[in-house]
Amino acid sequence: MTLRDLINKLLGRETASANTARERLQLVLAHDRVDMSSLTTDLLDKMRKEILDVVAKYVEIDFEEVAVSLETEDRMTALVANLPIKRTISGEIQFKKDVKNDKNDKDIKK
Amino acid sequence: MSENTRTILICSGKGGVGKTTLTANLGIALANSGATTAVLDADFGLRNLDLLLGLENRIIYTAQDVLDKNCRLEQALVRHKKEPNLALLPAGDPRMLDWMKPEDMKKISELLSEKFDFVLVDCPAGVEDGFKNALAACQEAIVVTNPELSAVRDADRVIGILNTSDIEPIQLVINRVRPNMMASQEMLSIEDVQEILSLPLLGIVLEDEQVIISTNRGEPLTLTDGRSPAKKCYLNVSQRLSGKDVAIIDPKNESNSLKDKFMRLMQTKVF
Ligand SMILES: Nc1ncnc2c1ncn2[C@@H]1O[C@H](COP(=O)(O)OP(=O)(O)O)[C@@H](O)[C@H]1O
Ligand SMILES: [Mg+2]
Repeated sequence: MTLRDLINKLLGRETASANTARERLQLVLAHDRVDMSSLTTDLLDKMRKEILDVVAKYVEIDFEEVAVSLETEDRMTALVANLPIKRTISGEIQFKKDVKNDKNDKDIKK
Repeated sequence: MSENTRTILICSGKGGVGKTTLTANLGIALANSGATTAVLDADFGLRNLDLLLGLENRIIYTAQDVLDKNCRLEQALVRHKKEPNLALLPAGDPRMLDWMKPEDMKKISELLSEKFDFVLVDCPAGVEDGFKNALAACQEAIVVTNPELSAVRDADRVIGILNTSDIEPIQLVINRVRPNMMASQEMLSIEDVQEILSLPLLGIVLEDEQVIISTNRGEPLTLTDGRSPAKKCYLNVSQRLSGKDVAIIDPKNESNSLKDKFMRLMQTKVF
């Protein structure tokens, strides 16, 4: 954040348009770069569902928190999936319990 | 075919970003520095490189006539009177739009590389046949863009295609830079554009009304005596292209009003 952004924020003014331009560009290029003729939003949705189906066979996913998106850096586009795991199918709360104490345990059960 | 000839594609995706103006000014500047230079107008559907160079009344033949053996290459080349190291070759005639094939452009550029140190190919807008024909003739590329959304987006398409070819190096020129708008962050910065497109920066060209005046006269800025912001930039790009170790012009140093200094202070990163 620049001094100008800070002042604008404090005054409740709009941020400079160059920031908006940069953000919009990054988004639109992430999609352009994966060749939208072959990977449409429909296909992306379908792929997301199939990925979730596969993962859900093995672990219980927190569906509310799932995020699947395309991210681009240095002209490389990656499919990034964030799939928070609630528990394994066998019922054991394995993952976080091992690392931390019972406070975490309660969080997970909720 | 000369091993040392550099055949450079000047392309952009979007039209009107300054390819032809860059080709004309670079052509003159390179020629003036002593390198024999040919500028090939591959945008022959809407040709205007001849206009920018003030050579529109001297075109008789085109590259097509050379390939059809209607004339020799020497006859089709239009030499610039004030800059004898520079010659223009129109690839084709506006009336014969779909005559060209990539092989034809390749042949033309091979013929030119026997005679010249530099061949600059002024590319048509778009990513279709005209662009692909011009691409086939070149070994290097300069992608021209403006610090604006649509120009950068289209440049990205073109870079995507160039990356799948053997073209190397691919360098970036950012044209129509307005230092005061960049200072007030109302224009994408040089760093923004370069980071987004991930290309090495060859140079920038400042927005300059002298460009329009010189176009009216048919005399590229690099041919004229006066000083102007864009001329300085074109000369800088030309030097860097010829391998001279000179720094890129920094828009931050190109405006020094008190207001701009204040605006730059406001750009300081606070966190
Ligand atoms: N640095 C600049 N400053 C001001 N005007 C410019 C600059 N570069 C290009 N122009 C103007 O923009 C228009 C398009 O330029 P041109 O070189 O024909 O673009 P292209 O060949 O990419 O279509 C022309 O009218 C030209 O005079
Ligand atoms: Mg043009």
